[in-house]
Amino acid sequence: MSEVVAVSSEGPTLDDAVDARFGRAAGFVLIDAAGGTRYLDNGASQAMAHGAGIETARRIAEAGATVLLTGVVGPKAAAALKSVGLAVVEGMEGRTVGQALAAYRQGKGA
Amino acid sequence: MRIAIASGKGGTGKTTVSAALASVWTEAVSRPVLAADLDVEEPNLHLFLRPVITEAHVANLEIPVIDAAACTRCGACREICQFGAVTILGDTPLVFDDMCHGCGACLAVCPVAAMSPGAREVGRVEEGAAGSIAFVNGRLRVGEAMSPVLIRAVTARVNGKLAALPESERPDVLLDAPPGVSCPAQNAVATADVIVLVVEPTPFGIHDFALAVEAFAPLGKPLTVVVNKAGEASPELDALCRRENLPVLAAIPDDRAIAEGYARGRLLPEMSPACRALCLDLARQLAALRPEARHA
Repeated sequence: MSEVVAVSSEGPTLDDAVDARFGRAAGFVLIDAAGGTRYLDNGASQAMAHGAGIETARRIAEAGATVLLTGVVGPKAAAALKSVGLAVVEGMEGRTVGQALAAYRQGKGA
Repeated sequence: MRIAIASGKGGTGKTTVSAALASVWTEAVSRPVLAADLDVEEPNLHLFLRPVITEAHVANLEIPVIDAAACTRCGACREICQFGAVTILGDTPLVFDDMCHGCGACLAVCPVAAMSPGAREVGRVEEGAAGSIAFVNGRLRVGEAMSPVLIRAVTARVNGKLAALPESERPDVLLDAPPGVSCPAQNAVATADVIVLVVEPTPFGIHDFALAVEAFAPLGKPLTVVVNKAGEASPELDALCRRENLPVLAAIPDDRAIAEGYARGRLLPEMSPACRALCLDLARQLAALRPEARHA
């Protein structure tokens, strides 16, 4: 399975800021191995009273993500992500989506 | 009869009033009394009544257990769960115990009976006695969010104790309700014949009191008021009580000596002859609201 990186994001492009939240992130930029990007809106989870992290985990897993870059993942969402075998990198806030992706690729290459 | 002592806001004096009533009830109205602390998140009635606990029972919530081999991944459980407690991620059916409210809908809709009922401990029900006062309370497990389950378990225990006695020996029940007006408080007052709302005459107190009136009035039970920390006159509170036709049965003065006594775990009737008279009078007024008496 080829790698698809999902980055929690405040907007649909590589220049938008990483959303520090996972479950209640505005959306996710998904970048496939060839560098193509897609945007997955997560507005529906923002409106949930509870279970947003779990629902969001399901949504990105179904969209084919295999790696997640985000700020912080809550305990229930972490359990959900683990169950689908998604690799998680936390602490990516304060960057743009593109910078987060570059940092991840560099870290992986090193 | 059952009297729920409630308030819209925490710290208004529910437990002060509950403990005071419990301690003078039998003397005031010549009937046995049972005090139940339904504030299961932070029970504190025992600090004042100092009961001897003789029994404790575990209270469980029914949660689903999925047999992954039998599950067809149809998603019916996920569709019906309002709380996101059951889901299917990839190929894995998952239950998030902490989020389950125990409604059982997922078990009911599973087309292949891949789910079975399991149990999660939400807390414990304790019972005992403080002198002649029968006592029941609940202690929620730390980190647990589903307090209504335990509140209903405490109420069921109270019902069980009453059912075991012949009608002539059944005590009157005082329910110390949790603060607020949401699910825990609604569950606590649901079985009461009369609701006492404790209010402090401050802007926050009056605001939350108005919310409590709005929340509890539709239950159609007699609503009465005890003003705690009553200092200067509060025209706003008076107007609200008049408009909603709520009788003010007692006003506990805003007195430093009372606050100090409370901090040491003393009961209101012990603090002064005036306090004692006030509590006895409050108990008699409440007893007069007995449902049978209203029809007479």
